[in-house]
Amino acid sequence: MTAGTATVTPRALARARRRAAIARFWREFRRDRRGMTGLIILAVMIAVALLAPVLANSRGLNPIFATATPNSGPSLHYPLGTDSDGRSVLTELIWGARNSLLVGLTATLISILIGALVGVVAGHFGSTRATAGRFTDNVMMRVADWFLVVPFLPLAMVVARTIGPSLGVIILVIGLTSWAGTARIVRAQALAVETRPYLERAKALGAGHWHQMYRHVLPNVMPLLLANTILTVAGTILAETTLSFLGLGDPIRPTWGQMLGAAYSYGVGTGNVVWLLAPGIAVILVVMAFTLVGHALEAVLDPKLRER
Amino acid sequence: MADVMLEGARAAAEERSGPGAGASSGLARTLSVKTLSAVITLFVVLIGNFFLFRVLPANPAKNLTHNSTLTAKQLAAINKTFGLGLPLPQQFWNYLVQTFHGNLGRSFVNQLPVSQLIGQAIWPTVLLVGTSTVLSTVIGVWIGIRGGWNRGSRFDRSSTAFVNVLYAMPDFWLGMVLLIALAGKLALFPDGGMHSFTGGGSGLAGLGDLLWHLTLPCLVLTLVYLAEYSLVMRSSLIDELKADYLLTARAKGLRDDLVRRRHAVPNALLPSITLIMLNLGFVISGAITTETVFSWPGLGRLSYVALNAPDYPTLEGTFLLFSAAVIVANLIGDLLLTVFDPRVRQA
Repeated sequence: MTAGTATVTPRALARARRRAAIARFWREFRRDRRGMTGLIILAVMIAVALLAPVLANSRGLNPIFATATPNSGPSLHYPLGTDSDGRSVLTELIWGARNSLLVGLTATLISILIGALVGVVAGHFGSTRATAGRFTDNVMMRVADWFLVVPFLPLAMVVARTIGPSLGVIILVIGLTSWAGTARIVRAQALAVETRPYLERAKALGAGHWHQMYRHVLPNVMPLLLANTILTVAGTILAETTLSFLGLGDPIRPTWGQMLGAAYSYGVGTGNVVWLLAPGIAVILVVMAFTLVGHALEAVLDPKLRER
Repeated sequence: MADVMLEGARAAAEERSGPGAGASSGLARTLSVKTLSAVITLFVVLIGNFFLFRVLPANPAKNLTHNSTLTAKQLAAINKTFGLGLPLPQQFWNYLVQTFHGNLGRSFVNQLPVSQLIGQAIWPTVLLVGTSTVLSTVIGVWIGIRGGWNRGSRFDRSSTAFVNVLYAMPDFWLGMVLLIALAGKLALFPDGGMHSFTGGGSGLAGLGDLLWHLTLPCLVLTLVYLAEYSLVMRSSLIDELKADYLLTARAKGLRDDLVRRRHAVPNALLPSITLIMLNLGFVISGAITTETVFSWPGLGRLSYVALNAPDYPTLEGTFLLFSAAVIVANLIGDLLLTVFDPRVRQA
């Protein structure tokens, strides 16, 4: 292994190659101006979400400690005004960033894990000639079809209502109902990867199904999965906003959707307009940022898309 | 619920590869397989609905009575009325029979039959969703064609930016902002509902009143939907730009707009047209929030009110109807695509 060049182990070589690939990727990504705009917006939002305890006292979220005039416009002390309980809209907005991003990212994680698992397994077994494999693929894709067809919002409303509204339920409902698109995309890519000679080689060397999927199919699906993940976050954040707006959120942990729901229920247009405008603009910014970054990633990964 | 879905899907898979399917010709076979799979999907929705409302809750009778405290006797009576004490297969059979007879139970809120509530709410929704779908399709496709054909032009850049903002916007937020700005501050439009409290008059005056109420919710839905249509139209037109047949058309000496109108657009239009059908699920979620914001007395608002009451029979009924509508629309879209595009038939 160490013949000739004693210092270069295969692992170090692989690591160096990976570093070079990431550097190349970053160079190309940096050239995409819209992608970089999205990335900067995201960095700011994530910083706000992480620093929420420093930026705003969480006591401000408790209506008991709120002493300001309810539903009043921006002032020196309350830069974005107050809500119907007299809480600072800015405090809610900062903590809302934390909860909205948390829901969006966790729901996406669930959705992507299921989608990737189903996609890789279905693609791998679907490419074999065995009837059992074909059958597994068929069953998985029919389940995915079902989730693609059944309307998301009514389904999520029904499930969240029967189980009971909370942040955890929202995360689960969004995650469990939004994986089907990812599964389809990953399966298509996995089917393409399965025809490559290196998989034939792995099989000839006696690799098991797990090894084939984990070491060969998954790494080759990964770049596509990454772009898809970023785009999925945009969708899950919008879904969270809608569900919370409809009253299925956790009242103690405010999200942007919940702020919009409260603004709708308790005095939209009667006092503080910023209470309605600020969370909406925040949602638009974050969703757009994720979309821009996602499309930029796609363009770097697939040069055919770059001209759009 | 996962087991239930798997069961239905397994059935679907078996049906697809089952004997006799290969006997008929290609197109007919594809069509019948797709129809069958839609029927099975609908059946799985029924099963899911049954489990969600009757099996999953620990005590459905409590759910059915707003969690009020019940004596053992009352509980037994309720279980008897709703057939909750029966064995599960028996319960499921009863549920199926009732559903197919159009009996969706009675609302908890006003004791009216759910089918009657749905019957009243369906036309406002059809009016709102129908109008905005037509408008958003026409406008969205037009923007997509204009932008895609002159890619990188000023129109293309500004329209793409505008559409991307619309795409990221929660529809109900746009609704609330318009409501405050145009209905509240300027009082140009009514602040919700479908008719004025006075009834809006009859004949032409009534129609005018209805249109006046329709404008804002319709505008919101149109703006939100057109984003996707224009993006899809734009990218499918761009896909066609490099096609050889366009080069041929140009070589024949056709004017630029003829090349676009007669050759590129018809080919690029197909994905957009089918997308309209496949998109009904998305359209429904827009209808739920927009109808809520504008107090539009349609199915979306009905399900929102049922969600927060909570009024389980009504929620269940609207969910069933929404799912059925989406499944049927998907089927139509699928069939249209199969008939019009031979490439899909092969896949």
